[in-house]
Amino acid sequence: MLSAVAEIDTGDTAWMLVATALVLMMTPALGLFYAGLVRSKNTLNTFMMCIGAIAVAAVTWAAVGYSIAFDGDGSLIGGLGNAFLNGVDFAPRDGTTIPELLFMAFQATFCIITVALVSGAVVERMRFGAFLVFAALWSVLVYAVLAHWAFGGGWLQAGGTLDFAGGIPVEMGSGFSALAAALVVGARKDYGRQALLPHNAMYVLLGAGLLWFGWFGFNGGSGFSTGDASVLAFVNTLLTPACTLLVWFALDLIRGRKVTAIGAATAIIVGCVAITPAGGFISPGWAMLLGALAALPSYAIIVWRTRTRVDETLDVLAAHGLAGFTGILFIGLFAELAWNGVSDGLFYGNAAQLGDQALAALVTPIYAFVATFILLKLIGAVMPLRASEREEGVGMDVVQHGEEAYVTGEGAILITTEAGVDTERLVSDPG
Amino acid sequence: MKLVIGIVRPEKANDVLESLYRADVRGVSMSRVQGHGGELERVETYRGTTVQMGLAEKVRFEIAVSDEFVQPTVEALCEGARTGEVGDGKIFVVPLEQAVRIRTGDTDMGAVTPVDK
Repeated sequence: MLSAVAEIDTGDTAWMLVATALVLMMTPALGLFYAGLVRSKNTLNTFMMCIGAIAVAAVTWAAVGYSIAFDGDGSLIGGLGNAFLNGVDFAPRDGTTIPELLFMAFQATFCIITVALVSGAVVERMRFGAFLVFAALWSVLVYAVLAHWAFGGGWLQAGGTLDFAGGIPVEMGSGFSALAAALVVGARKDYGRQALLPHNAMYVLLGAGLLWFGWFGFNGGSGFSTGDASVLAFVNTLLTPACTLLVWFALDLIRGRKVTAIGAATAIIVGCVAITPAGGFISPGWAMLLGALAALPSYAIIVWRTRTRVDETLDVLAAHGLAGFTGILFIGLFAELAWNGVSDGLFYGNAAQLGDQALAALVTPIYAFVATFILLKLIGAVMPLRASEREEGVGMDVVQHGEEAYVTGEGAILITTEAGVDTERLVSDPG
Repeated sequence: MKLVIGIVRPEKANDVLESLYRADVRGVSMSRVQGHGGELERVETYRGTTVQMGLAEKVRFEIAVSDEFVQPTVEALCEGARTGEVGDGKIFVVPLEQAVRIRTGDTDMGAVTPVDK
């Protein structure tokens, strides 16, 4: 938009305030989803990685991440003009009708959940402290850079690549980083030898439901307004995952003769991810086809991955990386000027758009994988990335946090007195 | 005929099942128990309330075996459950009066010998 005098629109601002809160809620929702998928002795640690992502990424985003992503239109990275939120105030963000301060907060919630997503690759064995260090560096060096390429005027966006709500930085960024993280940190000690099962399918379903709810803010807010694109993305966020669910049911039936609940929860995520990049660019009809098609590669990779030595524990690559990849390419085929007012895809006579999308689908995974691999190797040279075998056996909840998710209190002796901790009765160290 | 009772760390339960299987010991029951055997106690804090967890989660195996299987069973339990640190657990071997397989009424040796052998 080139309007010389942009003005704040109260309706747009009201919606974006709500959308920002919706997206922030997705991170604890992801915590529930992930916590249900791990063993009970790692429940709190898994959830805490999501809470840790909020703590760390909100701060790094305000400090430098936002500036690197959104200050100026440098080809590879933005500037440092907005570091520590310098100049980020109530004036409208260029191209929007909402205050830049709110725009910054909305984008912060994207950075936060993307960092949390990566944790799914390393749960049940990565040390909490090492994860926080990783989260801080990754949020700036990987997420903010990819966000600049896709949203902040960087070379992909300038070259014509379309990404409505984060197929590049959020979905492919997290998915392919997760693969690198799983390879560097290594498999859980019992992976491939013992059945490591989800301990609470209800958390998984509840988490998936809350993620879907939050995703209406994620996609519906990525038009930064209450305009047509936002409405389109919002409605597509309803239709696409529903189609993914139906196809997933069918795949489950064919493969195991039963429709599984955890499979359904996964399908919701896959559908929401697939429509994320395409939400405001394709018609509802194509969005439904996208939902159906997106199920196939993600389902195949989940089935295949568990037979490999790669312990990418919670399948971030399949659910996010691959579904985001599908969605990004789909734009190149079925984007429709009549719906989005921006560009047509191959199907509507504009083959160049598919080329732009394919470029992003090629480059993003490479950058995310390589940068994350190197970053974790460097962190690993300075501090241990994972807990010892014994600690892994006991469980990360007790070892890392000194708490348990399902404590009964039986046999617990109170050692806090009014004067403080009674060291006389404190006979041992944790563990 | 003896009843072998092994109380082990929950995180070693799968290793114990594996080593019992390798020792050809079939017919096992296990239950989750809480106990205290002199190991170091862990300290946990909940919103400022610090507690010492006096009881540790354990898994209790009960295995009824014929006499020649007592030693292999005990060895398998030790092999599967040992970490070398305090808290690995205990094994008790107690005499067994009688065993009955409910389905057939088989008693004693017949009852503790799995049918698939």
